[in-house]
Formats: sequence, C-alpha cells, structure tokens
Amino acid sequence: MMDDKKPESNERQAAGEKGGQAMGNDPNGIQVDTEPGATALKCTDLLGIEYLDVEDINLILDTAEHFKEISQRPIKKVPALRGKTIVNIFFEPSTRTRTSFEIAAKRLSADAQSISASTSSLVKGETLVDTALNIEAMYPDLIVMRHSRPGAAHLYARHTSARVINAGDGGHEHPTQALLDALTIRDHKGKFEGLRVAIIGDIAHSRVARSNIHCLNKLGAQVVVAAPPTFLPLDVESLGVEAHHRLEPAIEGADVVMALRIQLERGGKLSFPSQREYFSLFGLTRERLSITAEDSIVMHPGPMNRGVEIASDVADGPTSVILDQVRNGLAVRMAVLYLLAGSSKDVETAA
Amino acid sequence: MRVKATVMEAAQMDRTLTRISHEIVERNGGTENLVLIGIRTRGVPLARAIAAKIEEFEGVQIPTGSVDITLYRDDLSQISPNPVVQKTDLPFDLHDQTAVLVDDVLYTGRTVRSALDALTDFGRPLAIQLAVLIDRGHRELPIRADFVGKNVPTSSDEIVEVRLESIDGENIVVLCEMPAGGGQEASEDVKEES
Amino acid sequence: MSRLLLKGGRIVDPSQKLDQVWDLLINDDRIEAVGKDLPQDSDTEVIDLAGKVVAPGFVDMHVHLREPGFEYKETVASGTAAAAAGGFTGVACMPNTDPVNDNRAVTELILERASDEGTVAVYPIGAVSVGSKGEEMAEIGDLVDAGCVAVSDDGHPVATSFLMRRALEYTKMFGIPVIDHCEDLSLTAKSSMHEGTASTRLGLRGHPSAAEEIIVGRDVILAELTGGHLHCAHLSTAGALRQVREAKRRDLAVTCEVTPHHFTLIDEAVSGFDTNTKMSPPLRGPEDLDAVLAAFADGTVDVIATDHAPHHADEKNVEYDIAMPGIIGLETAVPLACEHLVHTGVIDVSRLVELFSINPCRILGIAGGTLEAGAPANVTVLDLDRQASIDISASLSKSQNSPFDGMLLRGWPAATIYSGKIVWRSDT
Repeated sequence: MMDDKKPESNERQAAGEKGGQAMGNDPNGIQVDTEPGATALKCTDLLGIEYLDVEDINLILDTAEHFKEISQRPIKKVPALRGKTIVNIFFEPSTRTRTSFEIAAKRLSADAQSISASTSSLVKGETLVDTALNIEAMYPDLIVMRHSRPGAAHLYARHTSARVINAGDGGHEHPTQALLDALTIRDHKGKFEGLRVAIIGDIAHSRVARSNIHCLNKLGAQVVVAAPPTFLPLDVESLGVEAHHRLEPAIEGADVVMALRIQLERGGKLSFPSQREYFSLFGLTRERLSITAEDSIVMHPGPMNRGVEIASDVADGPTSVILDQVRNGLAVRMAVLYLLAGSSKDVETAA
Repeated sequence: MRVKATVMEAAQMDRTLTRISHEIVERNGGTENLVLIGIRTRGVPLARAIAAKIEEFEGVQIPTGSVDITLYRDDLSQISPNPVVQKTDLPFDLHDQTAVLVDDVLYTGRTVRSALDALTDFGRPLAIQLAVLIDRGHRELPIRADFVGKNVPTSSDEIVEVRLESIDGENIVVLCEMPAGGGQEASEDVKEES
Repeated sequence: MSRLLLKGGRIVDPSQKLDQVWDLLINDDRIEAVGKDLPQDSDTEVIDLAGKVVAPGFVDMHVHLREPGFEYKETVASGTAAAAAGGFTGVACMPNTDPVNDNRAVTELILERASDEGTVAVYPIGAVSVGSKGEEMAEIGDLVDAGCVAVSDDGHPVATSFLMRRALEYTKMFGIPVIDHCEDLSLTAKSSMHEGTASTRLGLRGHPSAAEEIIVGRDVILAELTGGHLHCAHLSTAGALRQVREAKRRDLAVTCEVTPHHFTLIDEAVSGFDTNTKMSPPLRGPEDLDAVLAAFADGTVDVIATDHAPHHADEKNVEYDIAMPGIIGLETAVPLACEHLVHTGVIDVSRLVELFSINPCRILGIAGGTLEAGAPANVTVLDLDRQASIDISASLSKSQNSPFDGMLLRGWPAATIYSGKIVWRSDT
C-alpha cells in the first residue's frame, strides 16, 4: 500500500516545511513558551508520581498549560487523538475524576468508553487480569483505571499493551490529582522552590497525600503534614516531609494549605473519636488560617466534608482555589492522555 | 547540515516584509477587520514584524495572534512520541475578520492545512489569506500563498532555513543540504517539534 | 544387600564433631561405617565425591504439602520430589490441609501417600486445636500415635493464651513441641506487608513487628510457666529473636526457625507489587535482616525451615493485597543459605548442617541428624562451589511462586540419598 511510505514522507515534509529550525535556545525567549528540556515522557504508563522525574512533571504541566485554552474555545475540541480508544475502568465509584477523564478524552477527539466494575473479587466474578485481557481484545490505546487496591494499576499494566493511567489505586497513588494540584499551585505562586505546603488529614490512607508529597518534593517545595498520630503512617518523615501532630505548627507560615478528605468509609474506625472532635482539632477555619503566609491558598481534592476538614466560609472564600483545581484537572488529564497516546509500548521498549 | 547558499540577507528580508505588508493592506483595501496570525514557531515573529510595519505606515495596530498546529497535524498517529504542544493565542474574535496566516516557509502545504483547521475551531472569519516569506514548491495539497516574499526552487533533499533575530540571533534565509541517513532525518523532525 | 560407598567427600557431621575428607559406607538403608579409606568389595557401588560436602540428611521442618484438599497446589508426591531436588531427605508437613490434620485419619492418609508416592520421608505435624479453630484441643495423643511429630495451628497463631498453655502442658506427655505461628491478628487485619518505610510509601496496610513479638512474648512466658517445648515458626523480627535469645539464656525449652526469604530479602522488594514478595510473616525491614543474620551467627536460630507454601499462579496473579501469601522454598533454600550465610562468613559449614539437619531432627525427635554407624542412611551431598541461577520453571513443585527466579547463587545440593538410595542427583 502507498500508506506504507506515508509517515516517512510526512515527517520529511514537516521537517522541511518548518525549515528544520530548533527553538528553545533563545536566551531572550520572547516566544519560548515551553522550557527547553524533555520533549517526551520517559515512562510508558502513568502509575505514580514516584516513577516520574522533574522533567516529566514539568513537561506534563507545561503541556497542560497550553491545553487550558482549548476549554475556552467556542468549539472545545481538537482532533489530536482522533481514532484513539480510551477505556475508563472504574472499580471504585468516582464522579469527578471519571468525568474529568471522560471530558478530557472527548476534547481531544478520542473515543472514550467508561466501565464501572465491581471491586470485590471475593464476589463471584472475573479477576482483574481477566478484565484486562478481555478489554485488550478490543484494542484500546489507553486505559484509565481507578481501583481500591494498591498496585492494581501495576498489575493491569503488565497485562496490556495499552498505556495505563492510574486514576487512583487504593492508598497508594493518584498521580493526576498531584499534577493538577501542582499546576494550580504554579498558577497562583509561579514557582515551587521555597514554598511551604501543608497537607492536613488522613495521610496514612491517602493516595492524594502520597502523590502530592512525591510531586512537591521533586518540584522543590517543602512539604509539611499534620494529622492525629493515628492518621500518620509509620516513619512518615521517610517520605520527605516534616510531620506534626497539631495543626498550628504545620500551617504557620504555609503558602499552601491542602485539606484531605476524611475517608469516613476507609479505616476511620478507632482512628479518631468523632467528626466533631476532628474538626475542633484539624478543621480549617478562617481564624486558624490567620497564621499562614500572606496570600496563602487553600486546596481540597474533593469531595469535601464541609464542617469536618474545612469550614464552609473557607471552602467558598477568597483564598480557596478548589474550583481552579477542578478546571486544571481537565487540562492535566488532557496533557497526560496526549503525551501517553503519542506512542505505543512497543516503540518505547524497542528504543 | 551544510549550508549551500544564502537565499536572503537581513536587509533583503526587511525589504521583503515591507513589501508584503504593503501588499496586505493594498489587497484588503485598508486595515479594517484585518488580523494577523503567526504559525508557530517562526510565523509568529514574522507576523509581529508585519504588524509593526503596517503600524509604521498606516498608524494602526493590527491585532496579532499565534496558532500552534501540533494538535491538528495529520501525522500525529504516525509519529512517536507526540510533539510538544505550544500555546495558541488568539486574543480577538475571528468572526467577520480577514485573517492573514503568516509562516516562514511554504512547502507541502500540510502545516497550512492544519492551521486552517485550527482557525475554524475559533470562529468563522470572513476570509483567510496566507503570507509566507519563502515558497519553495513541492506542494502536496491544493494550497497557494496570497503573499510570497520569494519563490525559491529547491530539490526535496534540501532544507530552507529561516533564521530570525528573536529566535536565532540573526535575520537570514539559507539553503541547506539535508544530511543523508535516517538518523539525521529523525533528528530534524525532533527539532521541528521542539 | 547392596552397598554404596561415598568416596573422598568432606564429611561434615557435627553430631560426631567430624569434619574430615573421608569415606562413608552405606549398607542397605543404614550407615555402616564412616572412616578413612574404607574397603570396598566388587558389588559395592562407588561414588567419587571429591570436592563435595557429605552431610547427614537435611530435614525441612516447615513445609505445606497441601494434600489432602489442595492438590492443585502441591501433593505429597510433587512436594517430596521437590524436597529431594533441594537436598532434603525429609520434610515435616503442616496441618492446614482440607480437612485439617487434626485426627488420625488425615495423618494416616498423608503417611500412606508418602510411603506410596513419596520420594523422601514425610513427618506430619498435627493440629493443636480441632480444625485449627482455636477452640477445643485436638486428640494430640492419637495424632502422635498415628505418626505426628509436633503440633501446630500454622497459618494461624494458637488462638488464645489459655489454649497455648494447655497445649504446652499436654504435649509434655509425648515430648513433642508446640510450633506456633506468632502473629497477633488484631494488629495485622487486612495487612499485606511489613509496616515500615516501604508500606508507608506503597500505601499497603502494614503488619507491624509488634504483632509477631507480642505472641512470641506470650508463648515464651507460657513455656516458662508450663515447662513445655515451644518452637517459634518463621521468626522475622529483631524483637522476636531478642526474646528467644533471652529465653535460651534462661534455659527455657524454646527453639526457633528462620526462613531463607527472611535472611535474604527485605520489604523494599515489594516495591513493584510483585505478589511473589508477599509472605506471612512479611518481608521485614533492613534492621530486621541484620538482626536475623546476627541471630544465625550467635546461635539463637536453631533451624532453617522454608515455609514452602505452594500457590497456583491464579492465586498470585491478582491485586497484591488479595494475593495468597507465601512462596515455594524447597529447591532454593540450600543455595540461598550457602550464598548468603556460608559464603558471606555468617556461619560455617558445620553450623549449616546443624541448622538443616541436626537441630530439626532433635526438635522433632526423629531419627537422623547424624552419620554414625547404624543411623538411617539419609545423606545430603553439597557442592559448595557450584554456581548456577535459579530456574523456577524447572521446579518439581506443582507451583512456581518464587521471588528468586533467575538469581545467581553459589553452593548447591549435588545429591540426595534417602534410606540408602540416591533419590536425586544434580545433572552437573
């Protein structure tokens, strides 16, 4: 077929047409929009922030930055991922992450299909590996997956040739959440170095906390956590954070305060006596936040338990960037889909 | 990459841009409802240069924007990894405007095709025109430029390289020989994407 | 009467304080003589073992043969074949089969299978409690009479202090140990790895060292109270070994074993979520590994036992926290011990023989653990210098769950002689 020669000739013309010039090496850089550096992710799947380096993270954030504008166009759609099939498999209920990934896929013109699956393999049903093999037979290009068990995305990735994006695996990682949080912080603070970011709440069971700690550490911010000791995993400092058992020393002088959702359904028993007591000790109120740095921002990954982790007047107040997080979630997920869809696993492994 | 010949010196480039600027205004009977859109990367400073020249002799600021065609490329599914996306910035409503697309080199026409697709997603301009500094031939699509700085006959193993002050530190157009071997070709592609 | 002469090997037999390049003569199923330049007649089969170590037969006192009930994972036939290929002339098998080995019928079934299809000796371990449920005591006397050499509710700890006390008291009648899987289940609910920096990073529920140490503490106190023989299975933490060391210093009847995976791997191995790194007890932290090696060196550890736990691939090819814990170990134990304990200088060869042969025989009260004339002709031959990689696909076990595949190790079994017969011999 003539098609066989197409890619080569296209690339040649593309190179020729643009004259083969390099950009990004201009010191004045009036139109250098992206930092010179990585042009492709070094990973084949997005399983966790732990496995990314700072170049990868910046590439995703920079790409997301440019994708923000697409959602403001009259026609909110670009043809970049035409013909790509994205399967969103959610073994755990999720409204916002799933919707965000679905819309992101559609904005890029990919064909997206969402599947809700039962999480319990104790219930008679197929195993995760069988699910992977069945979906594999439908030639997906990307798998977005949410699961209640740590490492589930790793397991899936070993049984598919599609790119796997971990949309949350139990208490392990939730990489796109950390990336959208980083983009939001960058939007408001313009940098990461020297920032003090306080993460408040159930660190032990939180994938959001783990991914954010990895991400912010790699980007050069200082991360502080505060929680009742029952919510702090053993040796939490080994993650590279400063840990406190009281709220005040953690948020004092903080540029960013991030409240985590109290997982009332997960491991809550015997970890704190009541929501009322938790709020009185760790709830973010306007009064408590007065000791943070000037121009500090307040974040929450959602969904919020108002009056438990955060007071309503803070959640809806001027320092809250919670809706920016949601908006950035879309851009970040578009960026991740775009960057990972770029090539097949075979290409990467051959390289 | 070996430089074979100089196609355009700085002074000539400046004169050429001046001429194109006059032609744009003349063709459109003035500057009303006129916008300039540079195609990333080197079309953008060229569009700004044209806007500056029009301001010089017409005293009017022409709205100028930029478009990144990466997401509209027709070879996205065939290249790996996906090229880096840059910013598209169209700070005006395209509706009922005459949009002049500006790029450095017109070759196969595929970049322009992508840019046309991108513009359509932003609105419905009255007309779209195309201005290029160099037209080197070898079209693969039915596309032609409305304003051409210079027609340069080339062979397909040559590259026309436009270097601009704001990006490359000098204003010059040179004709280069494409190095033999796939590896070089691939690196060309990466450069183009960066 | 056939004779077998093992010629010119290095005979290492701490039971006779022997470490000599000598000959060993086997007559039928008994050892006839050990000495220098033993005479041979024309119908004696002679095997030249120059450069090899000749030791009393190794016994793995902690094996899950899975029969009856889980024959898809392992059987007496496949498990004992794997044992022979790993250099073992005997295995003690845990009672957590289906049905549980809590009565004479199950014990007899296992022994019958062993005599029909077994390659090496099988020593059944009976349950402490009926169904290993931790409620009523099993008929331990009847189990011993049928052939059980110890009791254990392995897989679970002996459920209550009261039951443990009664078991330690009652078994004194028969001179057998109570083997306990030391784990406080209220601290380990839903856990799937060691609680430490790795679990903190991976978000998997942690199993704290304290869970093991609390039950070891309970059991040691009850061993002192009762004077019964406590054997702590698969110890993995610094604190547990410290308590056993202290108990031994005070001359309590307390012994313990450590598995090869606990003296070679740490919790960091879980990082890629490979379910072959999931064990019970879990792979511990680096400080625990150091403590384990120290306990080998100072004599606190009595036995190397594999906790050979075969599982079907389908039971491992699932999410980490619902995967079955445990790995196969019969064919990897000896090379791991040679590489990580002997060649590193933690122990010498005679201590290796104590750990693999003399001590398990002594603890279980079974014949063996010596090359004295008249002893059963169970012999393990080692090639301490052979270097080879573990190839799990070549395992004789029915299961292949192991984190050691591909690992290059020095020091392998060369031959296994059980009851006077060469039941396994290395190809090389």
